Amino acid sequence: MIRSEILEDIAPILRDQLVVCNIGIPSQELHAIDDQPTNFYMLGTMGLASSIGLGLALAQPKPVIVIDGDGSVLTNLGTLPTIGNNAPSNYILMIIDNGSYGSTGDQPTYTGMKTDLAGMARAAGCDNVVEVQDVGTGAALQKAIDDGVATVMVVKCDSGNAKMPVISMDPVVIRDRFMKAVAG
Amino acid sequence: MNIDKKIADDLVANDIRFVTTVPCKQLAGVIEEVEQRDDIFHIPSNKEDEGMGLCAGAWMGGKRPAIIMQNTAIGVTINTLATLIQYYRMPLPMIISYRGELREPVACQVEMAVHTKALLAQLNIPTYHFHWQRDVEEFDNILKYTFMCNKPVAILTDANFWGGYGDQ
Repeated sequence: MIRSEILEDIAPILRDQLVVCNIGIPSQELHAIDDQPTNFYMLGTMGLASSIGLGLALAQPKPVIVIDGDGSVLTNLGTLPTIGNNAPSNYILMIIDNGSYGSTGDQPTYTGMKTDLAGMARAAGCDNVVEVQDVGTGAALQKAIDDGVATVMVVKCDSGNAKMPVISMDPVVIRDRFMKAVAG
Repeated sequence: MNIDKKIADDLVANDIRFVTTVPCKQLAGVIEEVEQRDDIFHIPSNKEDEGMGLCAGAWMGGKRPAIIMQNTAIGVTINTLATLIQYYRMPLPMIISYRGELREPVACQVEMAVHTKALLAQLNIPTYHFHWQRDVEEFDNILKYTFMCNKPVAILTDANFWGGYGDQ
């Protein structure tokens, strides 16, 4: 499976949750598959989805699901110790690890070689790290929500992208409707 | 006047409840003060752009944030300021240790100091420079201004403001 197939699979689970979605094609795919006011789409700022989601989870009690990528986590590796030492029980970081920089033309990342993100997360202090293969994503995500403990999921899948339109929504509109959904 | 305490008092008075920090020798006192306050959640960051991400999330979650960092971080965070904080129109007070200014003992710090105000001006970031201890009296107004206009706002605090480096 590629990322967009996973997102289609888990869209019914994501629908009622606060979701912070990674820059580029992941946000375009989620937006096209099931746009919701509870989705915060990143239009720029590669690497910060996990940090934005962590701040959000620390500030309010609803569960927060971050959809991140291997390339983006690699560009902000300092996030893992911060998550490991601070993540509250309502925080789920789901790293879609397809071993490539999808939004820029599927150039390989180091996670497709020797680097093990799950091992790095554990070493950074994340207590609950779940490794899952693409088809098992929905079940693992639902379990993470039901368990109510801070979770880092590393989802292994194939490299590749669906062809989806660029998000044309104004960033302030994305942010404003998201904040209303958070407060609602 | 204890400026560390005054800064923390003003943060609390302006309902700022989420503060992230990347340390600096000059900021050690205010970071310790923030850490000790029960009504502020203090979360250290490993890098300033990560810290701004945390602040963006906290604000969308209903908590007013602030970041405490060095001016060298302006070089690290320009993309984050432009494409996250400004693009989504979010408020962010940035309490910045202005290294490389008068009474600075480390020459390399001057290399980013000479670019600091120019970079902030290029980004259209409202910028205040605290040089004398009494300048801190403006801090409360600056915080109110930040959350009035939903912009990142820089408060540069130099070595003279913090009382220099002892004997240096």
